[in-house]
Amino acid sequence: MMMHWTTALPEIALACCGMAILLLGALTPRDTFRIASMLTIGAFLLAAMLVIAGPAGLAYHDQFVVDAFAGFIKLLVLAGSALAVVASLDYNEHENLRRFEFPVLLLFATVGMMVMASAANLMTLYVGLELQSLSIYVLAAFARDQLRSAEAGLKYFVLGALASGLLLYGISLVYGFSGTMQFDRLAAALTDPAHVSPGLVVGIVFVVAGLAFKVSAVPFHMWTPDVYEGAPTPVTLLMGTSPKVAAMALLVRAMATPFGHLLASWQQLIVLVAIASVLLGALAAIGQHNIKRLMAYSSIGHMGYVLIGLAAGTAVGIRGVLLYLLTYVFMNAGTFAVILAMRRRGEMTEEIADLSGLGRRDPAMALWMTVFMFSMAGIPPFSGFWAKYFIFTAAVQSGLWLLAVIGVLTSVIGAYYYIRIIKVMYFDAPGEPFDPRPASLSLLAAGSGLFTTLFFVIPAPFVGAAEAAARVLFR
Amino acid sequence: MNAAGFPLLSLITWLPLVGGLVILAVRGDEDTVASNARWTALWTSLIVFALSVVLWVRFDPAEPGFQFVESATWLPQWGITYKLGVDGISVLFVLLSTVLTPICILASWDAIRVRVREYMLAFLILETMMVGMFAAMDFVVFYMFFEGVLIPMYLIIGVWGGPRRVYAAIKFFLYTLAGSVLMLLALLAMWYQAGTTDIPTLLHTQFPASMQTWLFLAFLASFAVKVPMWPVHTWLPDAHVEAPTAGSVILAGVLLKMGGYGFLRFSLPMLPLASAHLASLMYALSVIAVIYTSFVAFAQTDMKKLIAYSSVAHMGVVTIGIFTANAQGISGAMFQMLSHGIVSAALFLCVGVVYDRIHTREIARYGGLADRMPAYAFVFMVFTMASIGLPGTSGFVGEFLVLVGAFRVNFWLALLGSLGMILGAAYALWLYRRIIFGRITRDDLRGILDLSPREVAVFAPLVVLTIWMGVYPSSFSQFWDATVGTIVVHNQAALHLTTTLAAANP
Repeated sequence: MMMHWTTALPEIALACCGMAILLLGALTPRDTFRIASMLTIGAFLLAAMLVIAGPAGLAYHDQFVVDAFAGFIKLLVLAGSALAVVASLDYNEHENLRRFEFPVLLLFATVGMMVMASAANLMTLYVGLELQSLSIYVLAAFARDQLRSAEAGLKYFVLGALASGLLLYGISLVYGFSGTMQFDRLAAALTDPAHVSPGLVVGIVFVVAGLAFKVSAVPFHMWTPDVYEGAPTPVTLLMGTSPKVAAMALLVRAMATPFGHLLASWQQLIVLVAIASVLLGALAAIGQHNIKRLMAYSSIGHMGYVLIGLAAGTAVGIRGVLLYLLTYVFMNAGTFAVILAMRRRGEMTEEIADLSGLGRRDPAMALWMTVFMFSMAGIPPFSGFWAKYFIFTAAVQSGLWLLAVIGVLTSVIGAYYYIRIIKVMYFDAPGEPFDPRPASLSLLAAGSGLFTTLFFVIPAPFVGAAEAAARVLFR
Repeated sequence: MNAAGFPLLSLITWLPLVGGLVILAVRGDEDTVASNARWTALWTSLIVFALSVVLWVRFDPAEPGFQFVESATWLPQWGITYKLGVDGISVLFVLLSTVLTPICILASWDAIRVRVREYMLAFLILETMMVGMFAAMDFVVFYMFFEGVLIPMYLIIGVWGGPRRVYAAIKFFLYTLAGSVLMLLALLAMWYQAGTTDIPTLLHTQFPASMQTWLFLAFLASFAVKVPMWPVHTWLPDAHVEAPTAGSVILAGVLLKMGGYGFLRFSLPMLPLASAHLASLMYALSVIAVIYTSFVAFAQTDMKKLIAYSSVAHMGVVTIGIFTANAQGISGAMFQMLSHGIVSAALFLCVGVVYDRIHTREIARYGGLADRMPAYAFVFMVFTMASIGLPGTSGFVGEFLVLVGAFRVNFWLALLGSLGMILGAAYALWLYRRIIFGRITRDDLRGILDLSPREVAVFAPLVVLTIWMGVYPSSFSQFWDATVGTIVVHNQAALHLTTTLAAANP
């Protein structure tokens, strides 16, 4: 059988670029953080072009698949990672983290995520996931002189290893009870839900648990607030964007393709996880005063909404998932750009109260933050509304009324803490001003803000792309 | 194309936003920015008003359907189109929005001194949202504007409001949002049933009876909060009291009408069975609103709160009228909404006039203003009489028609509804007496100045409109007569069909 090795060209090229940048950094005595970052962004662009131009199909003995779904996810992952690199430029300079290893690790994590998006075999899935996770464990602990960062890295590592163990255990159960790890063969073997052994269902539950950890869905969310708070902020931004996208893509592909006929078995599970996530995301965030922790709970809630789309178990639901991830990446990156700009006399501040009066101190930043908060709360015309719109479309279409009603009501509860931030920025008396913000963060905030604001003007291409990507899984 | 020959409605909708962008671009020191922002906002809203007059002139009252229709592809594969148009129900609401916005901007000329640029920007965005909402012919477009209104209004109350503004703003936001998300689910269910969100198509889609009840309840959650109906009216007094004067004006003048408009646009014509089925619930809630909130209004010591509660009572009359589902009732509800839009807006402006001078809204602080402010006393009297429903003013026509419609349904409904008029007279006259008549007892009131030319300019159009609507109501009601007639016929046909079907298949 012919090896279509070129299907994996984007990943290969990106990995080669990563090694080249690593060599450059290791062999050059000068400080190469900035140049390495720029080269990394360049490598992402190159990979994105290769993704767009690359052929579709199966390769490597059907372990690696390139289709519209993988393409959509890969572009989104690359965009999210590139945004994280931009966000790190200024932060790392100031926090004494200007090491070329940072962009390189980020790049390798991205390679892992792209492999995850293309996984057509449980083993490929695992390898991609581990490459991603190992790189991010190190990134979370990158500020090694800070206790918080080291703790975050360790915590993430220990819990992440546990989740990997669960996942592996699930994979071995699935393999043991079905005799294959290939997605398409699993799908063929599992066409009749009546003949599925309980052991296999237990295996699926373990796989879901392992992946739910990665997307920080309740009840596997415990690590999220601590790691979000402790990790260097650009890494927190990263964790909210591309790894979430990749892990969610993995979960979607695993549920839709090999276990697609077992919808009845896993739907209840996903529904429960989704309800728990939206509830926890809405309620636990109310009491937070650290904005990074708040964003952690907010991300738990958002992942809950994404899971509503998966729970629908239809192409419409997956379309909703993809659109939600698309809008979430930009909302999240933009919000963290504002958080990264919260610096006073060279010190980062993370309290929500520090934003007080931002509307007067820095109207532009406050305006963008307002856009992101309203968008996250799901208020039209911002992109966050459209994300929720397409998710709830799927839920209604699949008759998941309870889920839909709980979903919209928790979004109202969630709106409370988002508009509370707007309240702090506009209604409260101005506090001490922040340091002048660097151009990179202004660019990041404005870019993400424009996307979030203007999404409603021409949503059709994005919706069309997401629909094409979602259809692939339901052929 | 449409009667105007060019996309008039889009222009009216989006022009304020363009003005907002201009305001954003203004540079300079704070005074320059403030002055530029005021003038830009005023001129933008005046141009928008001038454009909307074209609607008034070119609108064909004989045609019951949508006019000035324009559409552009938006999400074609999913049945969602950017489609604007006005029919007899919506055209005057568009005009109401475009009339009140310049008045609001004028009314805040001196009252708003901090962050003028943001304030004017918020008002222009608000105008875009309001006009877009009334002109929307696609449910998704409607929803986008309907909820988008929350954003500027939240900021207007929260930034420029009174001492408890944060509480009021958040309460307003969450109450309204909680209602509208349930409507979003109803929207999706309707889209799933009909495959499109095009309003004219949905108007002719028959939804199954059981589904109609659920859809109706979901709409009720949204529109009842907006109207607001008892018992979800509690956000309104807080929001009114804390909002700046112009915020209250828009809130009472236009935003409350969004609920009534929603009932009339969606609940009644799209869900005729559920509307008939649940009409008694609507009557009960409305009658409670009329009587209960009138009593509550009587007990207020704050002028704005009193008018806020009277708004709830007046809007209760509107909901009675809508769900009588006959021509008189609906026509009366329309008239009452427009009249209330003018009159309550003007009453809030009246409060604003004295608040700007004395900085209190305590009724007990005032008295004897007739001596010092004769013009003000006259203006206030016109609007008080209109609020009571004195014949010859706009308030009379609407309430009278609603009561005629209610009589056709049920004697007791009409009787209880008319109690609102009596109670309304009691508290409104009491308010007027306490503020205008009597003896001046306080020193600061002795030096109070009468209306300035700017304030005269603010009140003059509202006085003219109030009298005009009262003396020659058909120049307004002719706009919606044809459309209301179609709604009633359509509604009865749907009900008749069901009863015949039920008779055929016992």
